[in-house]
Amino acid sequence: MGNEYLVVVVFILLGIALPAAALTVGRFLRPHRPLKEKAITYESGVDPTGESWVQFNVRYYLFALMFVIFDVETAFLYPWAVSYDLLRSDMGLLILVEMAIFVFFLLLGLMYAWKKKVLEWK
Amino acid sequence: MDWYIFVYPVILLAIVLVFVMYAIYFERKVIGWIQLRKGPTETGPKGLFQSAADVFKLLIKEDIIPSKADRPLFKLAPILAYVPAFSVLAVIPFTDAPYLKFSNVAVGLMYYLALSSITVMGVLLGGWASNNKYSLLGGMRAGAQMISYEIPLVLSVVGVVMSAGSLNLTEIVETQIAGAWNVFPQFLGFVVFIIAAIAELNRTPFDLPEAESELVAGYHTEYTGFRFAFFMLAEYTYVFAMASLITILFFGGWDAPFGLTFIPPLVWFILKFCCFVFLLFWLRATFPRLRGDQLMEFAWKGLLPLAIINIFVSALLKEVPFLSQYF
Repeated sequence: MGNEYLVVVVFILLGIALPAAALTVGRFLRPHRPLKEKAITYESGVDPTGESWVQFNVRYYLFALMFVIFDVETAFLYPWAVSYDLLRSDMGLLILVEMAIFVFFLLLGLMYAWKKKVLEWK
Repeated sequence: MDWYIFVYPVILLAIVLVFVMYAIYFERKVIGWIQLRKGPTETGPKGLFQSAADVFKLLIKEDIIPSKADRPLFKLAPILAYVPAFSVLAVIPFTDAPYLKFSNVAVGLMYYLALSSITVMGVLLGGWASNNKYSLLGGMRAGAQMISYEIPLVLSVVGVVMSAGSLNLTEIVETQIAGAWNVFPQFLGFVVFIIAAIAELNRTPFDLPEAESELVAGYHTEYTGFRFAFFMLAEYTYVFAMASLITILFFGGWDAPFGLTFIPPLVWFILKFCCFVFLLFWLRATFPRLRGDQLMEFAWKGLLPLAIINIFVSALLKEVPFLSQYF
């Protein structure tokens, strides 16, 4: 079964090779006439004012935190889902109850964020 | 070591590139017809060479990198967006024939979901490295949107995984051939999945990251020529991948409905696949863009609870005597 992952590697290498090849071929085809004006950042036709790398709304960070919490949850849910039938025949509905308790605590967190208006985009 | 494992991916790459060219042509035609226009007509017979001409045009465009941009990251971003888009295709089984299965890894679905979320980094990086206000806004929006919708996307397929007892996409299809297509028992999961999938693809009505009426072009505003082309290529390669994945997870893959087995499995796969590609174009022509605040609230307050309910309902229905065979 080692071959299966070799194919994955071939796909990834091919994915890198296409942009590399296309951009290299393009280098010989495309013109190169640099002007100072061409390299100005686009801002609807007027000269850009100020810096773009500014401090950003903290809301994005909160969503990123929520994402990490629930993405870790999925990492626990997947193995559970794959072996659900197996575990159920072994220990019955206890397996479902255990996951329900786990998800319940996560949902408490979601409800807290909901109540604190973290999920609102204002 | 078999030689063909190096050749088949190249053939698939060629097929994907042709698909992308004609998907764009078809999209422009379909949207044209829906809006009572004709779409592209000039380049070649019925405008069939329009996309090829566009690709060539992009190839000979000057490559401009803004002087204020972060050059290495600016160059890296489109590649980082594109590589996972193509790599996810490695695990997609197109039929039961062994030569149309590239990599039959046991964790196929996990691989797809894990790799496809790398693209968001390319988009975020592109938006940030451009040092342009529109790009930064678009990139940040794309990042927030894609991570928010990834959670319901991943959770909505847990029901499918439970019924198959496997993450291998071939086994998921075989379970459906033996039982019923997942779209029926997992209908709630399917609805959540398709909405989250469209949001992950950044397509209308979820195309806020590149909302042209407010953000010029969003995260790829500063990109020209083939660097821009790779962002577009990534988007349409994901259309290919996502239409395939929906076919596999919810519509029985290559399974022939109504016992119409005289039609080959690959043809069934392509038919179902085409329906989803068309659905995406249709939605684009008919839906207005969502508002930013509604978009984020919908993911967390609407889709996420629904996806979790779907998991537990599927688990409980396993206990119902007659229904349990479908869950």
